[in-house]
Amino acid sequence: MIRRFSTYLYNHPAALLALLLGPPLGWMLAIYLGSLAALLLQSFYYLDGFTGQVVREFSLTTYRDLFSAAHMSIVLKTVIMALTVTLGSVVIAFPLAYYSVRYASKRLKVMLYFAVMLPLWSSYIIRVYAWKLMLAKEGMVSWFFAQFGLSGVLEGLLSLPIVGGSSLSVSNFGLFLVFTYIWLPYMILPIQSSLERIPHSLLDASGDLGARPFQTFRRIILPMALPGVVAGSIFTFSLTLGDYIIPSIIGDSTPFIGMAVYSYQGTAGNLPLAAAFTVLPMVIMVFYLMGARKAGAFDAL
Amino acid sequence: MKNKNIGLAIAMWAVVAFLHIPFFVVMLYAFTTDSSTFTFPPPGLTLKWFGVAWSRADMWAALSLSVRVATISTVVALVLGTLAAAAVYRSRFFGREAISFLLVLPIALPGIVTGIALRAAMGEAGMTFNFWTIVIGHATFCVVVVYNNVLARFRRSNPSLVEASMDLGADGWQTFRYVVFPNISSALVAGGMLAFALSFDEVIVTTFTAGQQATLPIWIFSQLTKPRDRPVTNVVAFFVVVVTTLPIFWALFQNRKFEEQSSH
Amino acid sequence: MYPAISFEHVSRHFGTIKAVDKATFSVADGAFFTMLGPSGSGKTTCLRMIAGFDLPTSGIIRVFGEDVTNKPPYERDVNTVFQDYALFPHMTVAQNVEYGLMIRKVPKPERQKRVQEMLNLVHLPDVGGRKPNQLSGGQRQRIALARALINRPKILLLDEPLGALDLKLRQQMQVELKAIQQEVGITFVFVTHDQEEAMALSDQIAVFNQGKIEQIGSPQDLYERPQTAFVANFVGTSNLISGEVAHRLSGESATFSVRPEKMHLLHENMNAPLGHYQLMGVVEDVVYLGIFTRFTIRTSEGLVLQVIDQNREAQDEQKGDTVRVVWTKDAMNKLAE
Repeated sequence: MIRRFSTYLYNHPAALLALLLGPPLGWMLAIYLGSLAALLLQSFYYLDGFTGQVVREFSLTTYRDLFSAAHMSIVLKTVIMALTVTLGSVVIAFPLAYYSVRYASKRLKVMLYFAVMLPLWSSYIIRVYAWKLMLAKEGMVSWFFAQFGLSGVLEGLLSLPIVGGSSLSVSNFGLFLVFTYIWLPYMILPIQSSLERIPHSLLDASGDLGARPFQTFRRIILPMALPGVVAGSIFTFSLTLGDYIIPSIIGDSTPFIGMAVYSYQGTAGNLPLAAAFTVLPMVIMVFYLMGARKAGAFDAL
Repeated sequence: MKNKNIGLAIAMWAVVAFLHIPFFVVMLYAFTTDSSTFTFPPPGLTLKWFGVAWSRADMWAALSLSVRVATISTVVALVLGTLAAAAVYRSRFFGREAISFLLVLPIALPGIVTGIALRAAMGEAGMTFNFWTIVIGHATFCVVVVYNNVLARFRRSNPSLVEASMDLGADGWQTFRYVVFPNISSALVAGGMLAFALSFDEVIVTTFTAGQQATLPIWIFSQLTKPRDRPVTNVVAFFVVVVTTLPIFWALFQNRKFEEQSSH
Repeated sequence: MYPAISFEHVSRHFGTIKAVDKATFSVADGAFFTMLGPSGSGKTTCLRMIAGFDLPTSGIIRVFGEDVTNKPPYERDVNTVFQDYALFPHMTVAQNVEYGLMIRKVPKPERQKRVQEMLNLVHLPDVGGRKPNQLSGGQRQRIALARALINRPKILLLDEPLGALDLKLRQQMQVELKAIQQEVGITFVFVTHDQEEAMALSDQIAVFNQGKIEQIGSPQDLYERPQTAFVANFVGTSNLISGEVAHRLSGESATFSVRPEKMHLLHENMNAPLGHYQLMGVVEDVVYLGIFTRFTIRTSEGLVLQVIDQNREAQDEQKGDTVRVVWTKDAMNKLAE
């Protein structure tokens, strides 16, 4: 019986394809794409202020609400954080990536590979929690600063407006640190891979033509590493845009996009607004991706 | 030049330290005698919190839920991912490249998008949020991990093997059982482990698709608002780090081996 | 008595490409039948259609009279030895060899007995416990053979099985294959692009070119009496004489082929013996090849001929000499096209 079925499939490759592709495709279309479509649809509904019910009519009310000053400041805040995190990641990631590619012995390269991948695959929430521990007022970082007599510096930092807060663990600076830490491997790997693609001969040629090391770095290495940087920035930017866990643990509870989404769909019952808030980062990312593609980032992935 | 090296090397090691110190710190805190703050250095060391954590029923419930969700999601992902990989490997059909893109979307888009999309759709469909809604969410983004692994394995395998098996009298099912499956088994294990890890650790989508249940990450998240419970949280964190580090090492090591073999 | 295999106007098209174009032939039971041709000529496609891995676009394939055109491979009494051997890497040699029996649920004791018989047949009695990647290329080839033969198929297909072996090993395997075929007595269908190999092993050869069969015959038939220019130059080399020169020599308007070794060089002043054709020419090139010397002659008509003379005595013709090229009327083979 099975054999007859098997022969049927052998003689009818289209049927076999349908059997293989059907379940996964069906799942993805119905569950995933369907959900995305439902979300987009939701963003065109609106919440009636009086009844507290969602009105299922096509309207741009919700988007108008989204583009109000209060909400836009949330978006702005998130975007700025995403940008600074991206920049910070690049600065921190580069030395490691560069050293690993240029100077590291084979053994060291392997060790560094593990050193970067291990955090990547470790538990996200534990890593965030670890920073909450470390950034606490009485925690490790303060102690560290105190050891070097730099407590004053820390206080000064914390007293800065916007960036500071009552303690590192509830300040934007702290947020910046944690975001950067969590996404760091995502930035290191693409930079490494684009640096690896620079043939040694180019660097030798540059030196041969009279360029000092720093000039070689500025004019040859940096531009060639750029696709990797842009590729990494896709991750850091996008992940920061959409994250709500970290701001709710570390931040000072002024909302970011992620948190706004969570609160609007939850207690406020304003699913359309939450949906609109979600659509915005998606749109931002689409533009970012288009720009990144132009900069050659996809070749570095 | 040498000078630059040393400066760079120091910077590099600083970054490595930056990446790894948090793990050690969090593990250290499982032993601190301080029960309510995060004072550093720890005033004393003790093992008593391990006992306390052990007796926390809610922690065990969360852990058990995480394990069950991860297991079932992995199974679903294994089936769907293998089917999709087989389809893409075997046939040239319209929209072939789109499949890979479609499967990677749930992971590529921010978790919040996937999370709220699923929540909205499930709400519309009138579903209650329970164990199965969590599984549906997790399976959706785990499929791609299995798919990539199995597809890569298919592409490295010898197509004549299937023909040889059929030539010797085995039909499609027997060929799968005796020839295809043994050959992809290592990819299934690797993909399965990755999917399990992904599901186990996931927070964002889970908060949107869960009802009252708490998986372990959600439990940890909720613990953060309970300062008195910190010691227990610390112990749990300790175990998570210890238990996950070895399998990750092993999986990375395997990956490394594969890469070296296929470059020969 | 049915022929072992019969192809009836079998075609295999891939879009607009005709990989096989209306092939019609039959293979006698117990014969060593070779499909010979350059790559892309359709010979491998035909083999795959006999095995069942490819389905014909049109036409009928019969095995001992039975129409198997649409039957999947596992329902045909045909086994294949693959070009890359296709041994299952995760199984031992013994498990590989017994695979067909295992599928057919032959009990274990009998399987083990027959596996050992087969391993003995291919002169590898002790490798049962090893894995395929521990064997050399030649050994793997023999295991692939054992794995196919153990099922006692009526027909064995071999897809360029000796291609990956070095020369010495290949020649040794040729001898062994022929011996096994005669011992086991089943029909072998062999695919190769090596015409020497085909000549050494086959009872019948089908020469393929661009999806069509140019000629089928015994090695002698093909060599002595090629029917097309392609066959004349694929199986060995030939001199082709056509047009005006052919008409003048033979009285017929046709193309003829003459084997280089059947032509001889005479001094320009010597006369051609009776019953011989002759052409005058100048020696353009002399290549000494140990066993024989190959001359390139340009005739006064502008024809370029290859002449091969065995070095029984020293050759004294040299570059630039004028010579008389002669050959018998028998050696002048008329092409059918």
